[in-house]
Amino acid sequence: MSNGLSVTTAKRVEVRAPMSGIFYRKPAPDQLPYVEVGHTVEKKQVLALLETMKVFQKIKSPAAGKIVEIATENETAVKDQDLLFVIEAQS
Amino acid sequence: MFSKILIANRGEIAVRIIRACQELGIHTVAVYSEADLNSLHVRLADEKLCIGSPMSRKSYLNIENIIAAAKATKAEAIHPGYGYLAENGQFAKRCASEGLVFIGPTPENLDLAGDKITAKSIMEKAGIPIIPCSRGTIDTLEEAVRFCKKIGYPVMIKATAGGGGRGIRICTSEEILREEFAVARMEARAAFGHDGVYIEKGIVDPRHVEFQILADQWGTIIHLGERDCSIQRRYQKLVEESPSPRLTPQLRLKMGETAIAAAKAVKYFNAGTVEFLLDQEDQFYFMEINARIQVEHPVTELVTGIDLIKEQIRLASGERLGYRYEDLKPRGWAIECRINAEDPERNFLPCPGVIEEYHPPGGFGIRLDTHIYQGYELPMFYDSLIGKLVSYDLTRDGAIQIMKRALKEFRVKPIKTTIPLYLKIMDDPFFRQGQFSTSFIKKFLPEEEDET
Repeated sequence: MSNGLSVTTAKRVEVRAPMSGIFYRKPAPDQLPYVEVGHTVEKKQVLALLETMKVFQKIKSPAAGKIVEIATENETAVKDQDLLFVIEAQS
Repeated sequence: MFSKILIANRGEIAVRIIRACQELGIHTVAVYSEADLNSLHVRLADEKLCIGSPMSRKSYLNIENIIAAAKATKAEAIHPGYGYLAENGQFAKRCASEGLVFIGPTPENLDLAGDKITAKSIMEKAGIPIIPCSRGTIDTLEEAVRFCKKIGYPVMIKATAGGGGRGIRICTSEEILREEFAVARMEARAAFGHDGVYIEKGIVDPRHVEFQILADQWGTIIHLGERDCSIQRRYQKLVEESPSPRLTPQLRLKMGETAIAAAKAVKYFNAGTVEFLLDQEDQFYFMEINARIQVEHPVTELVTGIDLIKEQIRLASGERLGYRYEDLKPRGWAIECRINAEDPERNFLPCPGVIEEYHPPGGFGIRLDTHIYQGYELPMFYDSLIGKLVSYDLTRDGAIQIMKRALKEFRVKPIKTTIPLYLKIMDDPFFRQGQFSTSFIKKFLPEEEDET
């Protein structure tokens, strides 16, 4: 930037369940969670898995930023539009 | 014959088994998870027991609770249906040690069906044609490259512990093999717990033709004709029919005899299916034995008149087979469409939810195996099959016309289903001429994302 200052404003972005399903924070039971609170994530980075009727879909980050809240416990059932993550997005 | 059977399953197959038991005068015990209290199999059975929380591994895969339920209700036998514990050798052994009859193959049959490499080597020794395939697992990329050079591309990398079409990667060249090999091993580990993979020659545009087998305790093994299950998406069958429009009487005879020989080679017992791939030059190759009753069994029942669930129960109780395929004088044509709660317009995303409007089709030539009803809530925990619509007529054209009419009549709302896809298939000129292979479905699919 010409004036040497970069101003980033943080925007709160919510990640909600696209449908009902079982929420998994880890790729496998014996592995580490995809993300933890405080982690920086890229746009489209995988945050979790959602299993609906035996089909798995990836929950991806809608924006680059920092995870500030994980609203759902691992391996619990969620409903359509339940809050999963809160991200502080860089804009 | 048994006086009480526990059904260790849910959904349409549990309903199907309960109905067969009722017709045989056998009392039924339904087991269910906390998510299935309102499921139809629970309503239809004589007795019911809750066996755990909604997730399958805590209920329908929970061996301890299922055995305890059988003991508590004094059931003499357990019918496992398909999926869940149906092909679990440990479960079959446990049933035997608890004095319960497992309605299905022997534990040895089940263990072998799950070990595809050993099964193939037994078949090869018995003179059954098999697809060129690595002996044992391939553990390094160099080994993989060398082997594929020998058998030629395309090749498929498969997980030894895989099944249901999962854990398979297709490589059309050495370049792609070099890219995919490590990924396939990682995927196998993630999905099945160990990273053993083997490599098999890919057959271009084959048909999937399988033979229904029945075997009694005295070594009599018969087949009940074939099913053509070539219409699949990601190795999941969608439309099945019997007979296959592709088989000549000579080819049917040859494949039927080979299927029986394959079952004999492993001393098979009870109902099972020998799956073959059939290439464009009439060469067929053994793929695997499915050691269970299969989803698509009704098409065989309609053309042969044999109730396969009742036969499974009879055979498990020690009765003998008293007929052969030729004695049944099979006739007519049966087609099955698997109705899934999936949206074909949105990459087959599943659609759980409450069924607010339900009108099933009926009339001449229609059979519907389902567990759904108006007001039923499809749980998110289990698979998306909501029913099997089967049409029957004396000719294939007649069966297609009946299927079209029934699909149009079928109303399930507001969930999305695969019904619109099947209406398109029934009108497809190649389908109508019986000309299709396992890649047929591609033309009906939008460009799929390579990941879901």
